[in-house]
This record gives sequence, C-alpha cells and structure tokens, in this order.
Amino acid sequence: MKTVHKNVSRRNFLKASGLTGAALTIGYYLPAAANDATKIIHAGSADTLGVSLNAWVSIDSSGKVTIMNHRSEMGQGSFQVVPQMIAEELEVDLDKVQILFAPGSQDKYGSQITGGSSTVRGSYLHLMRVGASAREMLIQAAAKRWNVDSHECYAESSAVFHKPSGKKFTYGELVEDAAKLEPPKTVKLKNVEDYKIIRKPLQRQDIPSKVNGKAIFGLDKKIEGMLYAVVERNPRFLGKVKSFDDTAAKAVPGVKHVFKVQMPVFATTREGVAVVATNTWAAMQGRKALKVEWDDSGFEHLGTDQVYDRMKSDLNKPGLSQRTGGNAPAAFDKADLKVEAIYETPYESHSCMEPLNCIAHVKEGKVEIWGPIQGPDWVQSDVAQRLGLKPEDVTVNMTFLGGGFGRKAFTDYTYEAVVISKEIKGPVQVVWAREDDMTQGPFRPGATYGMKAGISKNGNITSLQAKMAAQNMDHQNPGADKTFYNGSTGEGFLQPYFESIPHYSFGDVPTESPIPVMWWRSVYSSTNGFAYESFFDEMAIAAGKDPLDFRRNHLNNDRYQALIDMLEEKTGWKNRGKKEGWGVAITECFGSIVGEVVKVSKNTEGKVKIDKVTAVMDCGWYVNPDIIRQQVEGSIVMALGAATKHETHFTDGKAVEKNFDAYRMPRLTDTPVIEVHIMDNNEKAGGVGEPGLPPFTPALCNAIFDLTGKRIRRLPFDLNEV
Amino acid sequence: MPTYNLQINEKTYTVEADAKMPLLWAIRDLVGLTGTKYGCGIAQCGACTVHLNGNAVRSCTLPVSAAVNQKITTIEGLSEDNSHPVQKAWIAEQVPQCGYCQSGHIMTAAALLKKNPAPDDKQIDIALGGLICRCGTYTRIRKAVKTAADIMQKA
Repeated sequence: MKTVHKNVSRRNFLKASGLTGAALTIGYYLPAAANDATKIIHAGSADTLGVSLNAWVSIDSSGKVTIMNHRSEMGQGSFQVVPQMIAEELEVDLDKVQILFAPGSQDKYGSQITGGSSTVRGSYLHLMRVGASAREMLIQAAAKRWNVDSHECYAESSAVFHKPSGKKFTYGELVEDAAKLEPPKTVKLKNVEDYKIIRKPLQRQDIPSKVNGKAIFGLDKKIEGMLYAVVERNPRFLGKVKSFDDTAAKAVPGVKHVFKVQMPVFATTREGVAVVATNTWAAMQGRKALKVEWDDSGFEHLGTDQVYDRMKSDLNKPGLSQRTGGNAPAAFDKADLKVEAIYETPYESHSCMEPLNCIAHVKEGKVEIWGPIQGPDWVQSDVAQRLGLKPEDVTVNMTFLGGGFGRKAFTDYTYEAVVISKEIKGPVQVVWAREDDMTQGPFRPGATYGMKAGISKNGNITSLQAKMAAQNMDHQNPGADKTFYNGSTGEGFLQPYFESIPHYSFGDVPTESPIPVMWWRSVYSSTNGFAYESFFDEMAIAAGKDPLDFRRNHLNNDRYQALIDMLEEKTGWKNRGKKEGWGVAITECFGSIVGEVVKVSKNTEGKVKIDKVTAVMDCGWYVNPDIIRQQVEGSIVMALGAATKHETHFTDGKAVEKNFDAYRMPRLTDTPVIEVHIMDNNEKAGGVGEPGLPPFTPALCNAIFDLTGKRIRRLPFDLNEV
Repeated sequence: MPTYNLQINEKTYTVEADAKMPLLWAIRDLVGLTGTKYGCGIAQCGACTVHLNGNAVRSCTLPVSAAVNQKITTIEGLSEDNSHPVQKAWIAEQVPQCGYCQSGHIMTAAALLKKNPAPDDKQIDIALGGLICRCGTYTRIRKAVKTAADIMQKA
C-alpha cells in the first residue's frame, strides 16, 4: 500500500515524470522494439495499426502511420505535440497520422503522469529519438533491399528514397522488414533550423472532433451492460456513515443497488453510500431519496477563519528551512530600509468542466478502467496493489479529459469506481455531480506568507526572508516524514535572485488541517508568485525604483534580461500613460520563465477594469507556438478567477461553495485582451501548460496599486470594490 | 414509466423516462448522443446547451416531458462534417483546449448568429456571457463568433 501513496509525493513525482537527472539517464530506451510488436499493437484497435516499430510508432502495409500519445489530453495539447515531435524525426506528414491514446503502461512508455508541465520538457529528446530510431530502421530496410549503403538513402513524407537512383519505397512497403531490425543504438537528431513541423503553429488534430460532439470524454464512454452510480459522501472530510435507510431510494424506478462505500483519501478514509441505477438521473434521484445518518465525531469541524488564524500564528514558528544564504535576520536588522508584508491566498476547487467520473469493470482476476485520467500508469499500479493483482491485469484505457488541472492525477475516484464495480459484479460508471466535485476536494491549499526585506540606500536588496504557512501536500500521505521539506517555497521565485541577494532565507511551516489538498495548476507557484512578486513591487516602491528596472538590477543573467527587454519593448513600458495603472510580475515555474504586464484603468463608473495583459513566455525549446499561446491565454483566465472571482470557504468542517452559482467563475465578459510573445533561444525545453498562471495575479495587483495606491494582500478581491 | 417521442436532429427517438428527467440525461443516457455535456445541472455553465425550435436552451433543467414534439438540435445535428460556419470558425481560430464546454458555446453562438448575423461585442457578451469555459478560451470564442459571421456573410 505504502508505495502507492508514495507515488503521489512531490519528490517521487519529479522523479517519475522524468525531470531529474537520474530519470533522464533511462530516457533513451525503446522498450518495445520489433520482438515486442504483438504486445504493442493490442493497444486499442489492434488489427488496424499494422506493425509496430516501437511503443509509439506503428505502420500498416498501406503506409498508414499510427502514433501513440502516452500522456493525457486535458486541453494542454499533448495529443498534438507528442505526435508533432515524433513525426518530425520520423519524416511523416502529421495530417496523415492516426493518433491514439496509449493505455497505462510504465514498462512501455516510462512515466505517463501528466503533471508538472512535463510532457515536452520531461521527454522531448526521448520522443524525437523514438521517431528518429523508427526512421533509421525504415532506411536500413530500404538500403538492404536495394543493396546500397544506407548513407545514400533519406526519408521524406512516409517514404525512403535512394538519392543516386531516385528509387523509392513507401514506409508501408518497408515496415515488415524494418520491424525485424535492431533499433539503432544512437541516432542524430535534426537541428532546429531543419525542422519542418516542429515550431510551426499547426492546427490541433483533436479540434475537429471537439466541435461536433465526436470527441469521447470519460463521461461519454459507454460499455456494454454498464450501470451508473452516484455516491452520497459524508460532506465532512473525515466523517463516517453511521447508518442509512435505503427504502425510498430503492423504490425509485431504475435503482438497482444501494450500499456503503469506503475510500482511502491519503492517510484517511472517506465514507458514503453508493446508489447504482440504469441511468445517471435515476441514480441521482435514488440518492436524493436516501436517509443517511453521519458519524461526525472524533475530529475537528474547521471553518475558514480558524484555518487562517492557525496559518497566521504558524508564521511565527521557525518551521522547515528550504534554502538559506548568509544571515538574513541579522542583515535585516542592519538594513537602511525595511519592508514587511503578509499575504494570504485562498483554498480553491479545480472545477474541471467535466466533473470527476470513471468506469470500472472488475472481472475474475482482471480489471478494466476507462476514464479521464492524468496518470494511467499510477491508476494501474494503485488498483493492482490494492486488489493484489499484477499491473498487466489492470487495463487503464484513456479518454479525452474535460480539464484536469491536477485533480485528475489523484487516484481516489478511479479506485472508488473499482470498489463499486466489485460490489455489483459488473461494469459501472461512477458520476460525480458538480456538487460532489466542488465540495469533496482535494483543494488547492490556502496559504499565508510572511515576507521581510532589507534594502540598501542605493536600492539593492540586502536581506530577503520568505516564510509560508500552509498545509503541506506531501504530509498527508500515510507514514509521511513531516520533518521533510517538500520544496514548496522554492517554486515561482527567479533563481538568479539567489545570486544577487546576499542574505536570504526561504522556508515553510506545515499547518495541520483535515482539509484534503492537492496540486492545482502551477501548484505552489500559483500562490508563491502572488506573494513574491507583489512583495518585489513593494520593495521597488519603497526603494523609489521603477518596478521593471528594480528587477533588472537584481538579475545578473542574460536570459532574464532578454525577457525583461522584450516585455519593455512589447508593452511600451517606458511610455506608459498617466491615467493608467501598470503592473509587472515575472515568475519561474516548471522550467519556464514568464513575465506579464497588466494595464488597468477606471471605467466610466470609476471602477477598475483590466485593459490588456501582455505575456512573454520563455519556455526554451518549444514545439507549437499556437498551443503555447492557447495555454498562456487560458492560464491568465484561470488566474483571474482565483484572484477576483472564487474561493472555497469552510464552515463546520464542510466546504461552503457547491456549484457555479456560489463559486463564481470568470466568464467571457471578464476576459481582457491578451497578447502572448514567445522567446526564441537555445535553452532546453520548459513547461507550457502551467507557467503562464503565476505572474498574472501579482501583475494585476501591482497595476491596481499603480492606479489607486491600494495594495492588495489577500485574495480573492472584487474588482468592483477596489 | 411514461414514454416520450423526441425529435432530435430530424430523427424521432422514443424514450421511456421519468417525466422530470432533464432533457440532458435523456439525450445522453437514453438516446446515446453524448456531445451535449453535463457541467453543473443548475443552468449556470451552459455546457448542456441545445436548440429547441432554434432557440438556445439549457437541457440540464428542461424536463424531457416539456421537449416532446419540438424540434431539438444537438451539436451532432449542427453538422457531422464540420461544415457549419460556426464549426469552421472554431477550427480556424483554434478555440477548444479540453473542448468539454465547447458544444454549449458553439450551439449558443449558432443560435445567436441565426438571429443576428453580425453581432457586435456587446451582443456577443449578452449571448455568450453566461457560459463557462475553465480552460479560459474566451478571447478566441469572441474572435471565432466574428469569424463565423464573416463566413456566413461570404456564403
């Protein structure tokens, strides 16, 4: 059991997603070469794929190429960029490729968890080698048939050509022979200037199916003989079921089964009553008719105020230290100028538009699962371990995800479906009503930050202390080492600042609370960014410096300077108008640096309105510029919601906001003009799906300060009430 | 349980359902057309939007019994081959990310453009301001509505 939960820790996540040095060394492996072909082609529509050259690439005799996407598609574009990278080196035209979701299998694909913006940055070199290696095998097969040196051959548009003679074989004609060859040990990857499809804003291959209802999300999947289940779960996080009366529920036409279910949630247990019926509505009606008596004894029934009181009092404790340099408290005492501030950020629900759901079919010694899942390999190992099965006995089939944002990486809802299927001995789709999705968590943890800075007369930061008090996500796991620091306060901060600031200390105090918490798009950066970059603005103002120059003066690094130059140039920062408020913030998240400038002004009623957001994304090596723009636009809107619209409150141990009438989402009418620029450089690939989120909120709050003189230190706030 | 005849996408489906079952669940679970989405169940997000006699309505709060003998169009009925101007515009502007809410946005935009072939920003706000997209594709949605209007004008 323990290993399952350990999988979900931050440390193990980074290891698993291919983001540490150790994991990269196993990056170049082709686990499913020719001799394993039969296994691979059973992924999905086996007979239509043809012969596989490795776990990702199959070609049939007509030449049709199939490329597997081994990651989740939850909007971020893996369905496009994974094939786009492989197709570049494979020399096939992307619009002629069939793209399929790979089922969960770490043996074949390495890590499949879609999180930490890791799909490209965690595996791009590997995926291009996958494509290049298959291409080389096809070239070898052609050279052998022509009895020529392979150096005289080249591949283009799904065919191999013999340069001197102009002879040609299509991939379809070569694939049988190629599959019998050993994959090459080394392959040379293309230079950036030779790319034909990488770096191009190619239209997404998934979009045509998303405008006519054909894309199949988890909730759309139907299995022969499938029933539908909903679960009335105790609304308090550690609550149990004392008893229940199912008489009226069972009288609802269509209701087939009613029973108690238990679910592990981190180190705790969630209890509820499942109602299984012939359709979703009948199950929901049955649930309404249930009479459940809860056992809510033996744990705290916390409210929002208590949680924040606790966090703020925790800020006075020493806590766990992440990173220190010099002697920050002593340097603070001696500083010419002192700045101090406390920032607070709210608990948030992920609120994917597709509520949680999962289909499970437990058969004799086998389990099959279909659903919107961020980590199919995690679900596979979680279910296998809990049921005492081998991983290969658990098949995890992927669908499109109607949003994920971190929530669908947690394996509670998938295992709950397994528990219910096991009980009814048949296939079942467990549907979470919006209210379940919004109230059960895990939530983005609320956080408080205590910031202190000492600044010299000439405007240099001499001392910086950052302390966060918040629930520690890793400390929820069974047997967690609570003396261990999980890296939370290090996220979001620009790394070169550590070189220019002589005395600093970063650390956190893990606040205890029964509220389940989990990664939420950009994770700790989503809240750290607000505290750090609002505070940078406060420091700049205190030092009497221009906020952009103040940052520039503390970043002795060409890459960061180039990003600031671009921000300045694209926004016209130097010529900003007097009746406008301008704010800037720059954060670093999952290997990418993003700077955003927000321009605000007052509308005719004197209320603050956001006129424009300009973002500059430096994600190093990249694949598809339009997907980057999409992701930054979306990240900004999601940040806008958490900054100005919604917060999950708690009263008496329960979440208060249950649906979109109370948890107010940003809408079309709230969305400003957004302009996105991408840096071109030779840096390694960084993340794309998340790093655009953290700088928006501090840039907005800094702009509001510039316009009104009002400093916002607690989120969310209402733009109409600034 | 009563039975109802539903005219969906110019076909007749007979379903056996509780009179209060929302049209959404009848379409999804009983008819089997899954392009229409469940998002909130309380008419707050618009993911479930279909056309009822050409008007955009939220099927999650409309009882199936109230939809009998009326002309229902779902996203599948807009066009299967993406030839409707709104679908074309949604592809041209690369609107969808996760795509889950887009059926509702597309159906709402199609109903708007049928009545008002050249909406201005204010009219787009009024028609589409009540829907939710968690991926935050709003800037592209606005652009795509205008692109669709252009496509319709040129046709």
